[in-house]
Amino acid sequence: MILLRLFFAFAKVGLFAVGGGLATIPFLQNMGIATGWFTDADLTTMIAVSESTPGPMGVNMATYVGFETAGLPGAIVATLGLIAPSVVIIVVIAGFLQKFRQSKTVDAVFSGLRPASTALIASAGLSVAVSVFLVLGGTEDHTLSVHWISLALAAVVFLCMQIKQLKKLHPIVFIAAAAVVGALLQL
Amino acid sequence: MNIYADLFLTFAKVGVCTFGGGYAMLPILQREVVEGKGWAKDEELTDYFAVGQCTPGIIAVNTATFIGFKFKSYPGAVVATLGLVFPSLVIITAIAAFLSNFADIPVVQHALAGVNACVVALIASSVLKLGKSTLKDGISVAIFLVVLGLAFFVGLSPVLLIVGAGLVGYVARCLAGMKQGGEGK
Repeated sequence: MILLRLFFAFAKVGLFAVGGGLATIPFLQNMGIATGWFTDADLTTMIAVSESTPGPMGVNMATYVGFETAGLPGAIVATLGLIAPSVVIIVVIAGFLQKFRQSKTVDAVFSGLRPASTALIASAGLSVAVSVFLVLGGTEDHTLSVHWISLALAAVVFLCMQIKQLKKLHPIVFIAAAAVVGALLQL
Repeated sequence: MNIYADLFLTFAKVGVCTFGGGYAMLPILQREVVEGKGWAKDEELTDYFAVGQCTPGIIAVNTATFIGFKFKSYPGAVVATLGLVFPSLVIITAIAAFLSNFADIPVVQHALAGVNACVVALIASSVLKLGKSTLKDGISVAIFLVVLGLAFFVGLSPVLLIVGAGLVGYVARCLAGMKQGGEGK
């Protein structure tokens, strides 16, 4: 039955893809080839839509593939399949950590994890920054140029967020404003 | 409001406001969960991201499950995760059904370029906030810089870096303990 197959196919992705939503793409490529549910071209469209709509990209991908394969029930089942392994595994780990909260060993390990985790988030931010602010020039000369308008927009948003009165604003306000600016300036 | 309804709606809000990968979720989590609801602290968020990116599953889902579990045990984990994915289900289904060329619309592309620039600023601002609570001594600053360099310039696997940093943290604490023990005598 297609829904059961969808569920288990996505549970497999949820179990083996480690990291951000981009980590799911190789698994989805294989899924498309193995099942014939969608082609590589379909997948490209789905990635583009998942990146440009609200919601974590990995979740969006699962919903999209599920919908294309088996309609709304497919969308629901694929998404539940993707999150099922996470819920089980994280609950086990979180339960374990809660039990050993007082443990000096766990505390010592986390004293190393926290700065590393902060660094990985910074690194992910830098990667996004590079893809947004640097544009590859011509197809032949491969020169990099800076996208100054985007950079200026990011700088303005960043500075606004440090101002006391604007700090209280919800991040979505900045996101919405940036979307409008982007649309108006044809970024 | 019922606490589970609150949990579901809060994470649905996080889902709606997230553009991109799990990292783009961080600024929204800080606002909604740390500052808004007080369900977690900044340094706990870094714990969840640390565990969330070296365990199976995508980071966004893992982090939501983690916070939900911490707050309301097993039902909390399930409710928070379902809340996070709910907006995706609605939005993607609508787009897939009616607007499959959504990403090709020029105005969408321009708006998205603006959103992405904004997300960079949001993440930068979040990292600054996190850094205040996670980078407190020489060792943590050193771990931050080394991991940042290895992740960004060398492209080393986050799993490897997290495990390594955990070991370094443990060894550093042991050495500090020995030193303190020695001075105590």
